[in-house]
Amino acid sequence: MMKKIVAILLAMMMLLPAIALGENVVKIGVFEPASGDSGAGGKQEMLGMQYANKICPTVEIGGETYNVELVYADNGSSADKAPSAAQQLVSEGVSVVLGSYGSGVSIAASPIFAQAGIPAIGVTCTNPQVTAGNTHYFRICFLDPFQGTVLANYAFKELGATTAYCLAELGNDYDVGLVHYFKQAFEALGGMVISETFPSGTSDFTSYLTNASMMEAGVFFCPVSIAYSTQIINQAAAMNAGYAILGSDTLDSNKVVEAATGTNLNILVSTFYQEGGNPEFDAGFKAWMNEDAEALTNNGGNDMIAAVSVMGYDAYFVALEALKAAGTTDSKKVNEVLWNVTFDGVSGAIAFDAVNGDAVRDTAYIKSVDTANAAWNFVAVQSVE
Amino acid sequence: MLFNTILPYLLSGVSVGGQYALIAIGYTMVYGILRLINFAHGDVFMVAGILMVYISASGLPLYVSIPVVLIATAAIGFLIERVAYKPLRTAPRMSVMISAIGVSYALQNLVLYITGGLNQFYPTIPFISQSITIGGASTKMVTVVTPILTVVLMVALVLLINHTKIGMAMRAVSKDFETSSLMGIKINNVISATFVIGSFLAGVGSLLYFTNYTTVIQTSGAMPGLKAFVAAVFGGIGSIPGAVVGAFIIGICESIIKGLDIILFKLGLSKQMMGLATFSDAFTFALLIVILIVKPTGLFGEKTTDKV
Amino acid sequence: MTMNAKRNMQVKKVNPSNLIAAAIIAAVYVVVFVLEQIMPPTSMLFTVLKKGAVYALVAVSMNLLNGFTGLFSLGQAGFMLIGAYTYGILTIPVAQRAAVYQYYDGGLVQFAMPVIPAMILAGLVAAVFALLIGMPVLRLKSDYLAIATLGFAEIIRSIFQWDKLGKLTNGSNMLRLFPSFNDFNIKNANGEVVVYLSTLVPFIITGVCVALVVMLLHSSYGRAFMAIRDDEISAEAMGINLAKHKQQAFCISSFFAGVGGAMLAMYSNSVQAKSFTSAMTYEILLIVVIGGIGSVTGSCLSSFLFVACSEWWLRFLDQKQMIGSWEVPLLRNGFRLVVFSVIIMVVVLFFRQGIMGTKELPDLFRKKKKASEAGKEGAAK
Repeated sequence: MMKKIVAILLAMMMLLPAIALGENVVKIGVFEPASGDSGAGGKQEMLGMQYANKICPTVEIGGETYNVELVYADNGSSADKAPSAAQQLVSEGVSVVLGSYGSGVSIAASPIFAQAGIPAIGVTCTNPQVTAGNTHYFRICFLDPFQGTVLANYAFKELGATTAYCLAELGNDYDVGLVHYFKQAFEALGGMVISETFPSGTSDFTSYLTNASMMEAGVFFCPVSIAYSTQIINQAAAMNAGYAILGSDTLDSNKVVEAATGTNLNILVSTFYQEGGNPEFDAGFKAWMNEDAEALTNNGGNDMIAAVSVMGYDAYFVALEALKAAGTTDSKKVNEVLWNVTFDGVSGAIAFDAVNGDAVRDTAYIKSVDTANAAWNFVAVQSVE
Repeated sequence: MLFNTILPYLLSGVSVGGQYALIAIGYTMVYGILRLINFAHGDVFMVAGILMVYISASGLPLYVSIPVVLIATAAIGFLIERVAYKPLRTAPRMSVMISAIGVSYALQNLVLYITGGLNQFYPTIPFISQSITIGGASTKMVTVVTPILTVVLMVALVLLINHTKIGMAMRAVSKDFETSSLMGIKINNVISATFVIGSFLAGVGSLLYFTNYTTVIQTSGAMPGLKAFVAAVFGGIGSIPGAVVGAFIIGICESIIKGLDIILFKLGLSKQMMGLATFSDAFTFALLIVILIVKPTGLFGEKTTDKV
Repeated sequence: MTMNAKRNMQVKKVNPSNLIAAAIIAAVYVVVFVLEQIMPPTSMLFTVLKKGAVYALVAVSMNLLNGFTGLFSLGQAGFMLIGAYTYGILTIPVAQRAAVYQYYDGGLVQFAMPVIPAMILAGLVAAVFALLIGMPVLRLKSDYLAIATLGFAEIIRSIFQWDKLGKLTNGSNMLRLFPSFNDFNIKNANGEVVVYLSTLVPFIITGVCVALVVMLLHSSYGRAFMAIRDDEISAEAMGINLAKHKQQAFCISSFFAGVGGAMLAMYSNSVQAKSFTSAMTYEILLIVVIGGIGSVTGSCLSSFLFVACSEWWLRFLDQKQMIGSWEVPLLRNGFRLVVFSVIIMVVVLFFRQGIMGTKELPDLFRKKKKASEAGKEGAAK
């Protein structure tokens, strides 16, 4: 028995792919969820990187041309799978990591990258804890205290809500953090907040929706993953919910539009990019997706541009800038130069602050679902004074 | 005041309960006959949902795809029994249960592979997806259809078990495995029939459940499965009406717990939020443990004596 | 009495097969230590070894209950959760608490314990919970016990996620920044690592715990546990106090599961109640089954195999592979787990003995005849 097993294992190891050598290759790790609750969002974020890689497959490092290879690791949207996915990237010898969609997985994987001396560029992980107190995690998006305040201001001043009902998934750092900052800001404005949590894997949200109408909430704030938000929208539509549904950047998804189309719900989200902000990029990205059937599937079946794809695209170029500036593929050197990297991206100018390596950003876009035409309506640009 | 506050929660509870009931019947029948907790049953329910997604995506009209899904689900139940449980008929009970856990693991991973781990959107079934208003609360038609259909199916099943030959065989096998085989009952056929009926009902349950909750992922079956099992134990394992009653009680309790903070607040019984909604899943298990300790035979279960 | 005398005689006359086994185990430790010094620490090998060591302990603790005492418990993840949280709560450095307990004003606990005492406490707290849970549920029979313990694990998970306990447990949020395996590395003044110990230490912790379990199994308690497994009624007739011994086995198993939970926390750098699901228990159960229900050696071996396959060797199944210009079909995200499930089902259905059956490491080096004698002796017990 033992011998058989040993033989089988040896055979398996022989099957391991030989690593292609000979060319100059620099590896960029893509640390994103391809499965689980955030899988759909992670795939859209990866699309941006893949498109960027298609447009710009090489980079000049120290006078030599390197081919850029994207190395993928699926963190499964869960904090317990994240460390081994991160370890996988580390053992592949990547120079810099991009990701992830979702803050909890980024926080869980952070020590692994730190120990290996590999810098990571957060794409859309907005929780402050991702970059706080470390020197290797950077990010190109805005933070939750900002986003939470923007949304609270919008809900209170523009929507005229005095009571807000917040719903977060238990143990999801992203949701819980955002609700926390929203609550702080909304209460500071003089509003009342009821916040509740649901266990992972919940599919019956009718009780929570009922709770919100019982409390006569003016707004239902649910910064949850796409998987849950579509359920919430669907059930809210069946209940004829009278309140506005407010979401964060996770709800900026064509799946949300799909679920809301044909209903009479008022759905608003805050996000990083508004389609039309850079027509040249939009046209190129759409053309690429429409040619590649797999890309189109990963984008959810149509060519609506998700803000996270734009962020993924920009993150890829930030990484290339860092590699150029470092003049080497050595991750430690890349980490050092990242602090001073700037890039004029599709989503705006990107620069890192000197404290935590967070992006210097002060605007968020608010948009709403056009339920009649299955599209997004631009509502406002918001910033915090 | 009290009634108006609680009514919406009752409505959603009854609907959830009805769906648990259809799964719970499968658990209770299999346990009654094989003394096996079929851990894979919740996953059969989930696979039925996935099948519906893929079959309707292939363009078949609903009046074809629904029967196809139900038949395929029944066939999967039959196959699982033949492949994973039948070879272990003489093995210790723990081995069979481990096999069931293995099947559950395998089904989930297979679906993960096929769907790529992404949520699948369940097709809309007209009529039961419509919105209706009851007592001022809006809800989907399926909320009303579920309990009615559940009770109808339960009555039909009880009639089948009490008045047909296969039903009699089932009762005999669940009473005494060896004796009934000595009496010339084809045990394997009876067991297969049990699995087919149980899986068929799980298929019906999945139609109703996913019409209500619209997305399917590989883990969708795990929690409803466990809760349905608790319902079966609560009602007295082996008893079909017991499973149905147990499921309704659990569904309603769960729904009320999710809104308990608000209900208490509205009625002026509590001043602040306690975060009790966190325990909506845990409550079901607490109920299970209490019933196991206080009355292990459940509400309607028959008292059995342990054979030495 | 005569049995004990016989056993003492055996101990005096050291069995050569035991010597070989001891030599192999010692060699494994030396190899791990040497490898760690010479190979790059980012290698996947060390991830597998660390996680394997953690799972080995947890699997052995589950085997103690399911394989040796015959109590089919599915509460392992719950006890691991308790251990992991106890460890995390007690060891986060005071300076870091404000960052971890960011929504709860730095939390309630304002001290940090050294690692080893905290691990022992992690085990003890898990054992206390086991004592409380065991009182009502251990009376239940096989599958009812399984489902009741599974339920308790879910209840524990909810309690630890409850917002009102946030000052202690950080609500449903992550606990992190506590000492991990890498803190065992010995560093010089410049912060460079001089001696790598981050893999050896988990091996040593697991080794000590497993040795304790083996000693327990060879004591009169262990024989009582196995008697209960083989036949409860005759065990009771022989004067074994069923309730007491079941309770002991349950608490001891939970103690080691708690220690294992603490180690899992150290391995993954963070703890979150959300991840201790019943799926985790199932995974450990499958490890025990693959190794052989009733073999400590089997549980250890299969833990390393299981972890190596899932984290390392079978990873290539999840990515597109080209052999020349031919793309291997079927390979994409998730295929690894499908292959895995098939292997597990084959083991469950056709190789019910698992890798080791009920044999242990020394048994492999006994001559055939002696092995069969040992088998008879085991059966007689």
